[in-house]
Amino acid sequence: MNPTRKFPIAVSNTEQIPGHRIVEFYGIVTGNTVRAKHVGRDIMAGLKNIVGGELVGYTELLTESRDEATERMIKQAQSVGANAVVNVRFATSSVAQGAAELFAYGTAVKVERE
Amino acid sequence: MSPDEINAMFGLVLVLTLLVATFFIGGALERRHYASIRQREQNYRNFLAINFSHLSPDWQIESTELARGSIVISVDYFKRFVALLKAIFGGRLTTYEPLLDRARREALLRMIEDAKSKGCNAVINVRLETSRLANATSGNRERLAGVEMLAYGTAIRTRPGVD
Repeated sequence: MNPTRKFPIAVSNTEQIPGHRIVEFYGIVTGNTVRAKHVGRDIMAGLKNIVGGELVGYTELLTESRDEATERMIKQAQSVGANAVVNVRFATSSVAQGAAELFAYGTAVKVERE
Repeated sequence: MSPDEINAMFGLVLVLTLLVATFFIGGALERRHYASIRQREQNYRNFLAINFSHLSPDWQIESTELARGSIVISVDYFKRFVALLKAIFGGRLTTYEPLLDRARREALLRMIEDAKSKGCNAVINVRLETSRLANATSGNRERLAGVEMLAYGTAIRTRPGVD
């Protein structure tokens, strides 16, 4: 769990947090990040493209970016007073050549233990 | 031979060398990856990863987390060449099929590993997402740099003593 978070927040891609009841809805919360690829990584990926296989640099880049998008979504949820984000979805869109937007969205809710 | 002919010869030799080299290297890498996938799938056979979102109420769930796994993967020169030729006539692009299959299974395995590292013992509501990455360095022609496969789901921790 990230130490900067004020309190633990439950994140789930199901409509309900198992074992909990939703008591309040706060609407959609989103988090995004737009990333361009690194020149060094691009060259390495170009070479790796010849033999095929995993492009480790890109995997890391996208993982970091998605972490950041999720973190931003959680911050927004906390700012409205939610203690959980449900029905989370991830999406990717390419904005320009070599740049991609990664975003995460979900519904901010308040849950109570059943 | 004129300089033009030498140039053409050199280009042809380079392409042929690349084709032969990547046929062997790419093939070996793919076989190794498949071996690792099969091994790990065998290891995690008892780990529950399902795409159901509703659970029976008698599951005693302690906490939930988001689990995620992803991979960016690309196809080798030889396979791309074969696919290019096949695309003219249409039909199955058999050289691309293992690529996507490998990526998807690897992403699922990484998701399971992520869930395990968070101390969870099952993943529910698993979703798979595919996106393509275009290469920035190839000018205006949009060439495929790789395919990203993302697997995510809600990892759950059940109370000890409950199946």
